[in-house]
Amino acid sequence: MDWIIILQAGIAAGTVLLFATVGEVLAERSGILNLGLEGMMLIGAMSGYSVAVNYGNPWLGLLVAMVAAGLLSLLHGFVTIHLQADQVVSGLSLTFLGTGLSLVFGEGLSKAGAISLLPKVTIPVLSAIPYLGDILFTDQSIMVYIGYLLAPAAWYYINYTRPGMHMRAVGEYPAAADTMGINVKGMRYLYTCVGGMLAGLAGATISLAISPGWFSHMTTSGQGWIAVGLTIFAQWNPLRAAAGSYAFGALRRLILDLQGPTKLLLWKNPFYYNPYWGFFLKMIPYAFTIVVLVIGSREAMRKRMGAPAALGVPYIRGQRGI
Amino acid sequence: MATTTQKSSAGRRFALPFRVQFEPRLEVPRWLPLTVSVGAIIIALILGAFALRLSGLTHPFRAYANIAKELFGNWGGISDVLVQATPLILVGLACSVAFSMKLWNIGAEGQFFIGAFAASAIVLAPVLPAETPGWVFIPVMMIAGFVGGALWGFVPGYLKAKFNVNEVITTLMMNYIAIEWNNFFIFGVWSEGGFQMSPRFPRTAWLPRLADYAKEIPQFGGLTLHLGLLFGPIAAVMVWWVLYRSKWGYEIRLAGDNPKAARYAGTNIARNMVLVMMLSGGLAGLAGMAQIGGVVRRLQGAISSGYGFTGIIIAWLSKLNPLIVVAVSILLGALILAGREIGRSGISMLVQGIILFALIASEFLLRNRVRIKRTREA
Repeated sequence: MDWIIILQAGIAAGTVLLFATVGEVLAERSGILNLGLEGMMLIGAMSGYSVAVNYGNPWLGLLVAMVAAGLLSLLHGFVTIHLQADQVVSGLSLTFLGTGLSLVFGEGLSKAGAISLLPKVTIPVLSAIPYLGDILFTDQSIMVYIGYLLAPAAWYYINYTRPGMHMRAVGEYPAAADTMGINVKGMRYLYTCVGGMLAGLAGATISLAISPGWFSHMTTSGQGWIAVGLTIFAQWNPLRAAAGSYAFGALRRLILDLQGPTKLLLWKNPFYYNPYWGFFLKMIPYAFTIVVLVIGSREAMRKRMGAPAALGVPYIRGQRGI
Repeated sequence: MATTTQKSSAGRRFALPFRVQFEPRLEVPRWLPLTVSVGAIIIALILGAFALRLSGLTHPFRAYANIAKELFGNWGGISDVLVQATPLILVGLACSVAFSMKLWNIGAEGQFFIGAFAASAIVLAPVLPAETPGWVFIPVMMIAGFVGGALWGFVPGYLKAKFNVNEVITTLMMNYIAIEWNNFFIFGVWSEGGFQMSPRFPRTAWLPRLADYAKEIPQFGGLTLHLGLLFGPIAAVMVWWVLYRSKWGYEIRLAGDNPKAARYAGTNIARNMVLVMMLSGGLAGLAGMAQIGGVVRRLQGAISSGYGFTGIIIAWLSKLNPLIVVAVSILLGALILAGREIGRSGISMLVQGIILFALIASEFLLRNRVRIKRTREA
């Protein structure tokens, strides 16, 4: 096992989670809980891949993926913002709808041949840094670098810009934001859509860059839900979200690599000699999500901090809210 | 509190001769929820047809009609639909119980798998020898399925009660874990000659089918309907009684509708949370037992057509009423079969997604009355 390769691949795998999680952080900070990440990621992965297969241009695929997932998220926005429906149930239906749509339209797509993928890039000077250069800046997909920029940008946007402050106000105390002349519903639509587009980007990042191809619902294999969990663990902070995403990416990669060698440290590798034990390895990311959630929830309880106060609560002008 | 009127500004901005107003309803007419549910299904079928058309199927409505004739036109079809409905009733109940307390148990799928596993373990481990008579085997397998599912529901329930961990995500993660757990036994421990399935159960561990009595009653020949169908309606009546006639059920529904009131009333919310999740998981586990005992008669991977998720739709369509769950499950069972007939793997999921969306969107109409008011003299 080569640690450099595991971390390098882990960063790449984590980028997918990073896009989805940062998108969910933005949506939830404005007060909209969107549990439909898995469905939107699948739509993104399917439509992006489909466009890349049919038109030969992965960039166009990326764009279409973001638009498709963004449109789908607006449906969630309409139902929860204007029709004041329950956000949990609406998010679930979005998952069903997105999964169903992508399976119906992705029929036969798994047999498509090789396509041109998003390019891999090595950054000239930075890649010369020992260890870090190899892990972070050598032969990584272009999407990974976009991920490096996105998380700090989102963090800065939320904490230090005026529109970011408005977004937080809408998520914490919409009535006050409304009195200040901020368009509460408009802002919520905007960030729901941004969150959806990022989920689409995450999906297309899987199918066009990180693990290319369309494998029906196994393309995402629950990563959308892991991203929802990471949002809570991240305490709605994009930087923590990035750290969590990369850790999860590395974990996923480590699990794949654990089954290869005949020896683990000093002992015989049980996962090599009993291939069925691999199923227990596959449980780890999901079990770890639960562990991470417990840690996040306990910390939130202890520090008396938590979700944006208006998360999941529809805003109706003139009605007593939270 | 809810006395404000939401005004659409459309009238002013576009100078239409009328104005659409929404007023909160104080009372919902009795006929409206049913109309809305039926409307949601019709809308979903129409939109599903559009999606099928776009994806290359030329005559979606003709396909619908053919399938409806195939499924409800003869006893074989009806029996197949009821076989699908058998696990659906139980998972629908599982979701209804949990949702009554506003516990979002999305993990019925995993609880279903663990129920199937636990029931199989009785036969395959083996806990009971293969020559055990059926009247011992089947009740023990039912209990094992229920307990297995209940344990799988206990974990998220406990984490929610103790640490306030979001149950949507934990139940979902438990789904993935359950599937891998089953795979370990299907591919490894109980694999039959390297195939991805366990050996077939001994005959005494099978839930009897109608076809088994074909000798005495020839009309039953080929009908796959099995004893498991009875579990659902019996459980439905029991769940209905618990939810609407018992003190515990009242506590559950109170905690769902108004947690503050439930706390002031001195009910033990944390304990109820755990118990409700266990009951919910147990019902889903029983569904898993019914499926392997009555249909596949061995443990294998493909035992669920996403039943756990369909349970969510069923619960919502029947407004969490356990008795209506039975009827709705038959409808959704037909939908799952229809999806298979059409041959697009995602179509029943797609239609279910649209149904759920249409339902929750139309709840706005249940809460608000639409008024169209004239603003100017024409």
